[in-house]
Amino acid sequence: MTDPLALEPILGPHERGRTAFNDDLPHDERFALFEAHVTAGGKVEATDWMPDEYRTAVLRFVEMHANSELMGVLPEREWLMRAPTLRRKLALTAKVQDEVGHAQLLYRVAEDLGKPREAMFDDLLAGRTKFHNVFHYPTVGWADVGMIAWLVDAAAIVAQQALRDSSYAPYARTMRKICWEESVHIMHGRDVVVTMATGSSAQRAAIQDALERWWGPLMQMHGPRSPREKDRDLYWRIKAKTSEELRQEFLTIYVPRIRELGLVIPDPDLALDDATREWRYAEPDWDELRRVVTNHGPMSEARLAFRRHARDETSWVRDTILASPRAA
Amino acid sequence: MTAASLEPWEVFRQEKEGAPMQHGGSVMAPDAELATHYARELFGRRQESVRLWVVRRADIVDLADPDLLQPPLDRSFKKPGGYVMRDKLAAAREASGQAKPRARSR
Repeated sequence: MTDPLALEPILGPHERGRTAFNDDLPHDERFALFEAHVTAGGKVEATDWMPDEYRTAVLRFVEMHANSELMGVLPEREWLMRAPTLRRKLALTAKVQDEVGHAQLLYRVAEDLGKPREAMFDDLLAGRTKFHNVFHYPTVGWADVGMIAWLVDAAAIVAQQALRDSSYAPYARTMRKICWEESVHIMHGRDVVVTMATGSSAQRAAIQDALERWWGPLMQMHGPRSPREKDRDLYWRIKAKTSEELRQEFLTIYVPRIRELGLVIPDPDLALDDATREWRYAEPDWDELRRVVTNHGPMSEARLAFRRHARDETSWVRDTILASPRAA
Repeated sequence: MTAASLEPWEVFRQEKEGAPMQHGGSVMAPDAELATHYARELFGRRQESVRLWVVRRADIVDLADPDLLQPPLDRSFKKPGGYVMRDKLAAAREASGQAKPRARSR
């Protein structure tokens, strides 16, 4: 009896490594192979050939993410010296350190796509590139630190978990590391919020007040609804979910966790629609989002000024590194 | 002063003794010493590694040629799954009188 497997000695193309687009082919043919590879769920490595449209789209996405990690530590940094206990101070310091580390990892991913880090800093500081809306707001009290670490990080992690499957493999791998670290931040933030929610009436009032100030920016954070078929980042599988899917996911997980603390979400329209299993909510203020991310938020200029100052203050370190004779 | 002397270094990390070295990510540095400092900061800050390998990217030999690694010929004879003998075994057991009794259908 012949072994049935021996009858098909030539394997189909799906069983081979799919790097055909790396071959030297006419552009259109190469593009088509790349497109078929990526839209079927294939991964792209930094050393692979990729069309300009894809490279530019990944770069823009990762650069914005890196900028947000870098700028995102500034609101929290303001509370390092005012943390209520030594343990809180250690936790917040570690979080700030983590976020700067995430910026480093992400700027590396972006650098490999062809844009030098110094050019990314130039663009960020000149307002030519953006960072997330939530980092343009003031932190008026310790409650804000808890609110940021819990809910801002939670809203971010919902998006970041979906990025672990990004078609751009170096980004996907980095997101796995980042998500692992972010999960600690959320626990730290939730612990701060739960502690205050079960504390004195002044503490409960402070945490309720923080929730009321942060809810609007949180609902805007993932961006306005946009049709799936028009989103090029979804088409190229750089990201996996629409802004509305991310917002719904965030609400599903966190609304019950907020309410169980006796906190009141400042949106009387917020409710889960029993028929559609979707959250209904008051329309977020998209004008505010546009204003804020174009650096017209309450703290945009102050945060950028601080970053410029920090860059100037540390320029001697970079100069020294680059001037030192190169070791073999 | 240009950034020309910075170059990428790839970082591999071992999570615990005996585990495989796995790629963690990369850092930009002008030399091995600074690359190692960055690697420790980014991949060992949380005690998540017991060993790091820091390798200049230019020193890595990259082979991803499917003609060499995924040749289009059947290599199933090199894999356990390439040996399907269920029917032949059943025939052999039948012939030697040791066929397993089949579950009787009701």
